Amino acid sequence: MRQDHLITATQLSRDDIEAVLDRARAVADDPAAYADRHAGRVLALCFFEPSTRTRMSFDSAAKRLGMNTIDMGDVDSSSVSKGESLSDTVRVIEGYADALVLRHPSEGAATLAGERVDVPVVNAGDGAGQHPSQTLLDLHTIREDHGLDDLTIGIMGDLKYGRTVHSLAAALTEFDANQHFISPESLRLPRSVRFDLHETGAQIREHEELEPVLDELDVLYVTRIQKERFPDENEYHRVAGEYRIDAETLDAAADDLTVMHPLPRVDEIAPDVDETDHARYFEQAHNGIPVRMALLDTLLKNANPDGDEGTEVDR
Amino acid sequence: MSDHELRVSKIRDGTVIDHVEAGQALNVLAILGIDGSEGFGVSVGMNVPSDRLGRKDIVKVEDRELSQSEVDVLSLIAPEATINIVRDFEVVEKNRVTRPDGVTGVLSCPNRNCITNADEPIETRFDVVADGVRCDYCATILRADIAEHIDV
Repeated sequence: MRQDHLITATQLSRDDIEAVLDRARAVADDPAAYADRHAGRVLALCFFEPSTRTRMSFDSAAKRLGMNTIDMGDVDSSSVSKGESLSDTVRVIEGYADALVLRHPSEGAATLAGERVDVPVVNAGDGAGQHPSQTLLDLHTIREDHGLDDLTIGIMGDLKYGRTVHSLAAALTEFDANQHFISPESLRLPRSVRFDLHETGAQIREHEELEPVLDELDVLYVTRIQKERFPDENEYHRVAGEYRIDAETLDAAADDLTVMHPLPRVDEIAPDVDETDHARYFEQAHNGIPVRMALLDTLLKNANPDGDEGTEVDR
Repeated sequence: MSDHELRVSKIRDGTVIDHVEAGQALNVLAILGIDGSEGFGVSVGMNVPSDRLGRKDIVKVEDRELSQSEVDVLSLIAPEATINIVRDFEVVEKNRVTRPDGVTGVLSCPNRNCITNADEPIETRFDVVADGVRCDYCATILRADIAEHIDV
């Protein structure tokens, strides 16, 4: 990956993705080899929106590379609450850190940040836009189970606002994947994502029910349907209930179906699924560490090609 | 085409925007920011018979030239338009519009949650795609309603 920033999954080629995932595999196999690789460097965690796992995952990944992290804290207690623009905030923080992880409630925020600073920017979620580092760990999880080609995947839930869905769908077009999108009519893929998928000639189909396609799937990627997307709470409960799975639902699935979820879940995957061989969502979350280590390592190397730390890519 | 068919008079100096898709004349004026208060002489022909388009609109503006960004946006809603520069009743220059690769600082993004609508020091930027324009920041695609988002 010869890129300065990771802003959207659409910027990633198959080679880019495979290079990061190969490195993630190497990291997972021998984490000690990476322990001091970026010692002395600092990663800034800029979360303008609440986050637990993504923030902690980047924090942990950076520290496992020998980096220190600085965190701007809650938006309420920062200068943002005084009305500072994002443009100014990232320009200031650029001087404090060697790379920047950004989560922001507005779509396009990471693109803007990437234009304003010279250090690498990782988009850790921009509104209902993109969440490409999540996609890399999703792809890593899928690759370890099934490989990324000749794959049939069902992506279910909130496809309209789900940024993990938008990034994953875009990245899968780089592989030989059949994508089935399962959602209520009101939460179908947005026009912009559909446009990109059609542009690439991707194999996609849209459904309102899981049942007709379940037995074809290698992977079922479930996302949360959020209450605030519905004007009426009764309507939310009615719709969300139709996209909930439990162990019994999965009786009709292939034995080697992998069930994934970007987490947090509420009740769209019943706890009894956790005990089945299908459940992979906790491993998926754990994969965030080697994948984000590999990603940070890649971006920092691109930004510092003459760095004195180990520059071997594949050890 | 004769003046009789055009139903609008010749102008001495200014711009004639011809071969505008029927129904888009008022949007052309919106792009140019003309609402009559500027004092320019403005003539509009709507649904005028046209060999090329069947029906077309024509906009004539006296004492006014178009900037490149205005022409760029014009091309999005009136891709067949021709722009005639008139001096002393003669057409001295005649240009077809060409679709640009992108437009900067002219359109506002219809996505209220886009960072370009968040009070940042930032110019909007749209790529021109097959059937519309697309925000470079949030990827929202704008199609038929481009004229409603002109912000010049």
